Amino acid sequence: MPVPTITDSYKSAVNKVTLGATQEAGGTRSKTIEIGGAANVVYGGAAEQAALRPVVAIDVLDSAPADWPEKLKEPYKEVLDKPGAWAKKCVEEYAADLICLKFDGIHPDKGDKDADHAVAVVKEVLEAVGVPLILWGSGNDEKDNQIMPKVSEAAKGENCLLGTVTEDNYKSLTAISLADGHHLITEAPLDINIGKQVNILASDMGFPLEKIVTYQTTGALGYGIEYIYSIQERQRLAALSGDKMMSQPAICDVGYEAWRAKEAKLADAPEWGDPADRGPMWEAATAVCLLQAGVDIIRMRHPKAVQIVKAFIDKIWK
Amino acid sequence: MALTGLQIFKLLPKTNCKECGMPTCLAFAMALAQKKAKLEDCPHASEEAKAALAEAAAPPICQVKFGAAEAEVQVGQETVMFRHEEKFYNPTVMAVSVSDKLTGDDLKKRIEEINDLQFDRVGQRIQVKAIAVMNESGSAESFAAAAAAVKENSPLAMILYSDSVEALAAAAGPVAQAKPLLGVAQAETAEAAAKIAKDHNCPLIAQAESIEDLAELTEMIKAAGVEDIVLSLKRPALKGHLYNLSQIRAVALKKNFRPLGYPTISCVLEGGPAEQSAEALSMICKYSSIVVVETVQKWAILPLLTAIMNIFTDPQKPVQVEAKVYAIGEPDENSPLLFTTNFSLTYYTVESDVEASRVPSYILVVDTEGTSVLTAYSGDKLNEKVVAEAMKKNEVDKLVKHKKLIIPGYVAVMSGKLEEETGWEILVGPRECSVLPKFLQEVA
Repeated sequence: MPVPTITDSYKSAVNKVTLGATQEAGGTRSKTIEIGGAANVVYGGAAEQAALRPVVAIDVLDSAPADWPEKLKEPYKEVLDKPGAWAKKCVEEYAADLICLKFDGIHPDKGDKDADHAVAVVKEVLEAVGVPLILWGSGNDEKDNQIMPKVSEAAKGENCLLGTVTEDNYKSLTAISLADGHHLITEAPLDINIGKQVNILASDMGFPLEKIVTYQTTGALGYGIEYIYSIQERQRLAALSGDKMMSQPAICDVGYEAWRAKEAKLADAPEWGDPADRGPMWEAATAVCLLQAGVDIIRMRHPKAVQIVKAFIDKIWK
Repeated sequence: MALTGLQIFKLLPKTNCKECGMPTCLAFAMALAQKKAKLEDCPHASEEAKAALAEAAAPPICQVKFGAAEAEVQVGQETVMFRHEEKFYNPTVMAVSVSDKLTGDDLKKRIEEINDLQFDRVGQRIQVKAIAVMNESGSAESFAAAAAAVKENSPLAMILYSDSVEALAAAAGPVAQAKPLLGVAQAETAEAAAKIAKDHNCPLIAQAESIEDLAELTEMIKAAGVEDIVLSLKRPALKGHLYNLSQIRAVALKKNFRPLGYPTISCVLEGGPAEQSAEALSMICKYSSIVVVETVQKWAILPLLTAIMNIFTDPQKPVQVEAKVYAIGEPDENSPLLFTTNFSLTYYTVESDVEASRVPSYILVVDTEGTSVLTAYSGDKLNEKVVAEAMKKNEVDKLVKHKKLIIPGYVAVMSGKLEEETGWEILVGPRECSVLPKFLQEVA
C-alpha cells in the first residue's frame, strides 16, 4: 500500500562549520573537522538531509581536577597534571575527534593560575595533538577576560573554537576571537531567546554568524535534560525555517553535567548496579539522548562513555 | 484530524432552528470545533455528518491497552512530533525479554530479575512494566510453558512474541485473562493470528519488512475484526528503524494516515548491555511506544526509565513537590532548618546534597508555583512574606527550638526583611548546592 510522503519543505539549513587549520591554511593541525549542515529534523526526510556526523570532544583540564570522582579519574590517573600527555591519550587511545581544553585552573577558587600557565598549556597541547582544539574559559568573567585573550593569541591561526561568551560578558572574547581567526561559542542559560540575543550581540560586533557555535547549557539525564532537549529541537526548527540568528550548530557539555549526577558518581549504591559501568552509562545516555534532539559537538569525559556514544554515532552516520 | 468550524458547518442542516441552544448553525459549528458543544445537541444532524465528525474526532494514533488490572499499560494516542508543541502522552513501556528456552529455576530467576527492575526516583516509582516472552525454542509447548510461568510469577504485563501461529495459539489461551499483547501477525499469518487475538480479546502486533507492507497488513487485520494493533518492523538496522519510526509518526499525525495510526514496538535484543541501552534510548526519544531489551543490568535500565520520565513530562507544567516540611535523616529540635522552593528539580538537588552531608536536617518547601529560587524571587513568588507564611503554616517553631533559618545563597538579599518579618536569625547558605554538605557540617 502506498504511504503518503511527508513534504516538509524546510527552506533553510543549519550552518556548516569547519574547525581547525592545517599548514596550508596557516595552522598546524593535522586534520580539520566539519560539523552542522542539518537540512531536516533528526531522522526526518531523506538520509542526506541529516546533519554531518556529530563529533566528540574529550575534556582535558589545564590543571589536575580536584573534585572528579575516582571512577572518572582512574583512566587518566597518570596524566591528570600533564595536559599534553592527557590530550595525546584522548586522541590516540580514545579516538577523540577534538580536544576541549578547559581552563578550570585559572578560576580564582580553583587555583587562580596566571596567563603564563595558561599559554604554556595551550602550546603544550597544540604540540601534543593534531586535532582541532576547543578553548573553554573558567566561567569567571573577570579572570576569563584577563587570561583567555592570551590563550587565544597563543593559538592564533589554528582556527580553534573559543568560548564562552554570554549576554553579560561578550565583548573582549568576541573581539579577540575575531582578531585571532577563531570560531566562537555563545552561551545562554537554558533560554532560547537569550541564546538568540547573544548571537545578535556578537554579530553586532562584526563577528560572522557562520563562525558561531551555540551552547544552550546542558542538563544531565534526570537533572533537567528535558529542558535542553526541547531547546535543541526548537533551535533546529528555527534554523530550518530560515532564522539566521539561530542557524548555528550546537555544542553540549555532557561530561561535566553527567558526572555531577549521583547516579554517576555514587560508588556505594548497589541498587543502581555496578558503579564501574553505571557512571559511564549515565554519561553516554545523556549524550545519546541529546543526539536525538540534534547536537553537533558533545563534550565528554569517560573513555567508556565515549566508546558507547561513538559506536552509536557510527550506526547512524555510516 | 480535527475539522475546522467551517468544514463542520457544511455538514450541518443550515436551518438555524436554534434547537441546539445556539443562535445559528454556524455558531454551533464553531462551538463544535472548539469542543464546547456535542453533535448530539443537534436533533437534525444527518448520519453522514455524524460519521464524518466521529472519524475526525478519532485520535490520529490509536490507544492500545494490554495487561490486566494493576498490570495494565497503555500506549499510543500521541498528538505531536515534538514535546514542546504540547506534550507526549503515554510514556514508553519498557519491557524485558524472557526466552522460552529457559525452564524451571532458570526461568523463574530470570522473571524475578525482571520484576525487580524498579527504582525510586525523585519521589516516583519507575519500573520495567512488561515481560516479553520470546519463542526462541521453536516449540509451541515450551512457549506456552514460559508464558504460564510468567503469568504465575510476575505482576507485570505480558507480551507473547512468536513467528508461529500454532505457538501463539497454544500460549495465548491459558494466559488470556492477563490480556497479553500478542505477536506477531505477518502477511501470511494475518488471518489466523487475528482470529486468536479476537477470540481472546487481546491486542495484536502487526509485523512487516517495510512501512508500505505494514500499512497493508494493518488493514487486513482490521478487516479480520481486530482494532487494537501495535506496529513492528522486522529486524531493521538501527538507522533505518529510527527513520521508519519517525515516518510512521509523521504520516499518522500530519496526513491522518489511519493504516499507520497505531503505537509501535521495537526490540533491542542483541549486543552488550551498554549498546542495547544506547539503542533503546534513541527509540524512546524517537517514537517507539514499547521497547523490549534483553539486558537486566540495572545500570543499563535505570537511564532508560529516567529518560522516559524526563521526555514524557509535560513541558507546560513544572514538576512540583508538595509544599511541606521534609525530614532528612532523623532530625531533632536542634537540627538545622533550611528552606527551598517546590520546583522538583530544585528540591531534589537540595535534598541530595543535604543527604550527602549526613547532617540530619529539616527542609521547608515553600510553594513558588514550581519555579526555581531565582525565578521565583524575580517573579515575586518568593519573598519574606511567602516564607514567613510557610513557616507559620508548617509550625516550624514546634520542630526546632533554635530559631535559625538557612536560606538559599541566591536570595541573600532578602535576609534583612525576613529577619524582621519572622524574628528568626537568618543564615545565608551557599549559592551552589554542591557546597551545602560542607556548610551544614560547619553549622551543625
